[in-house]
Amino acid sequence: MIDFLQIVIYGIVLGSIIALGAIGVSLIFGILRFAHFAHGDLMTLGAYFALAGVAGMSLPMFAAFGLALGATALVAVGIDRALYSRLQQVSPIILLISSVGVALMLRSLIQMIWGPDNEIYQSGISMPWTFAGLRIQPTQVMIVGGAAGLMLLLHLFLQHTRFGKAMRAMSDNPDLARLSGINTQRVVILTWIIAGVLAAAAGIFLGMDTRLHPIMGWKLLLPVFAAAIFGGIGKPYGAVAGALVIGLAQEMSTLILPAAYKPAVAFALMVIILVWRPTGIFGGKVL
Amino acid sequence: MTLLKAEELYGGYGGGDILNGVSLRVDAGEVVVIVGPNGAGKSTAMKALFGLVNVRSGRVTFRDEEITRLSPDRIVGRGVCYVPQEANVFPSLTVLENLEMGAFIRRDDYSAQIERVFELFPPLKEKRSQAAGTLSGGQRQMVAIGRALMLDPKVLLLDEPTAGLSPKFIDLIFERIQEINATGVSILMVEQNARHALSLADRGYVLVLGANRYEDTGPNLLANREVAEMFLGG
Repeated sequence: MIDFLQIVIYGIVLGSIIALGAIGVSLIFGILRFAHFAHGDLMTLGAYFALAGVAGMSLPMFAAFGLALGATALVAVGIDRALYSRLQQVSPIILLISSVGVALMLRSLIQMIWGPDNEIYQSGISMPWTFAGLRIQPTQVMIVGGAAGLMLLLHLFLQHTRFGKAMRAMSDNPDLARLSGINTQRVVILTWIIAGVLAAAAGIFLGMDTRLHPIMGWKLLLPVFAAAIFGGIGKPYGAVAGALVIGLAQEMSTLILPAAYKPAVAFALMVIILVWRPTGIFGGKVL
Repeated sequence: MTLLKAEELYGGYGGGDILNGVSLRVDAGEVVVIVGPNGAGKSTAMKALFGLVNVRSGRVTFRDEEITRLSPDRIVGRGVCYVPQEANVFPSLTVLENLEMGAFIRRDDYSAQIERVFELFPPLKEKRSQAAGTLSGGQRQMVAIGRALMLDPKVLLLDEPTAGLSPKFIDLIFERIQEINATGVSILMVEQNARHALSLADRGYVLVLGANRYEDTGPNLLANREVAEMFLGG
């Protein structure tokens, strides 16, 4: 029983990280109608920006994290302005392919600047807290709390602000949004800022949970897409639910399968949902 | 006074021309109806007024200022609002949020305008917190018209506002359109229910193949035997 609960904790931690990425993928699909394959490497970039703050500029943890969120959002907007916005008139498949190119560029850039080795934010071992036999790391509390906080902020933004509602409106019906007078270009930029911030947070949390490596985000891309599709792509709330399912399923699979099969579990779930219900459990768009 | 005017428009959606020299005019306070056979370019002519068509030649003016190549989000700011025939609500947004999106460019307090829309369409007040996608066709049409009224437009463009509605709702929507017109909003609409629409129109246009065929007052068009035989089903 303790083992099972311990795995549930790991699953929730992993699910929180996946959720931050999946929300971004889902929002971008809702607004721009293409699957953003560079999202994993955007997460990696965020993680390394934070490393530059902590190790390079010896900033305090939280300042470095804040800086990394901002810098990643800036890069995301920059990529959109330089590349994606110019390709918007062509078919979505070309945007998708170009995002694969962006993914490769980002990854190579990270490898050139920071090298191919593993990195960590803080050396030394922190002692876990123990509750009735359950071991919980302080970083795990920070990850789940931080992710929940960011999701709450996003929820408040989407439900209660003028531009948040405009973002949902544009995801619903882009033509009607335009002829209602909504400034759709500003909504697009805002989407990239939010997706960039959430991707950076996911990368940083992943780095805190394990370690930093130039392909850390790329490896998480599959579960991120599985979660976004599971929840119904274009539906940020569905993405959160999907992420928890994928995170828990991946961790629980270690009870019966070798840990190396974790990505296969996400892949299998994605295939099942695509066959059984291509619009996801919350009825999103079809990829 | 002429508000909205199109002069000899030619153009389409990128392929061949759908509009072949159509001219339209909406004066202050008028209800103007466009009728004509299928494929006459009625909806396209209306969309051309709203910057949704590639106009190759000709010009569109609003209060004597040229708006031919302005994008729709600029045109709404001038006071011309448009209700498409299909996909004219945000289905996952609530009724109230749909209205708020109609007022997106307004930075002042528009709560009075929301109340006015609720007075015009009382069922919307009850369902204000319900997602627009869950409403009936007639109620969705109310949301769509309400959204376009949020900017307090000078001219309202309606593309087949009664298409697919039950007879009960058709009468109700026509009645409300007259009420909206009575508050000083000029109306241009494309309608399949040609007889009903022309009976309440100040003026009407009959378009054929993207060009004007007849232009007259609503009653005169209804009384015109040629028009009646050819386009109003005898």
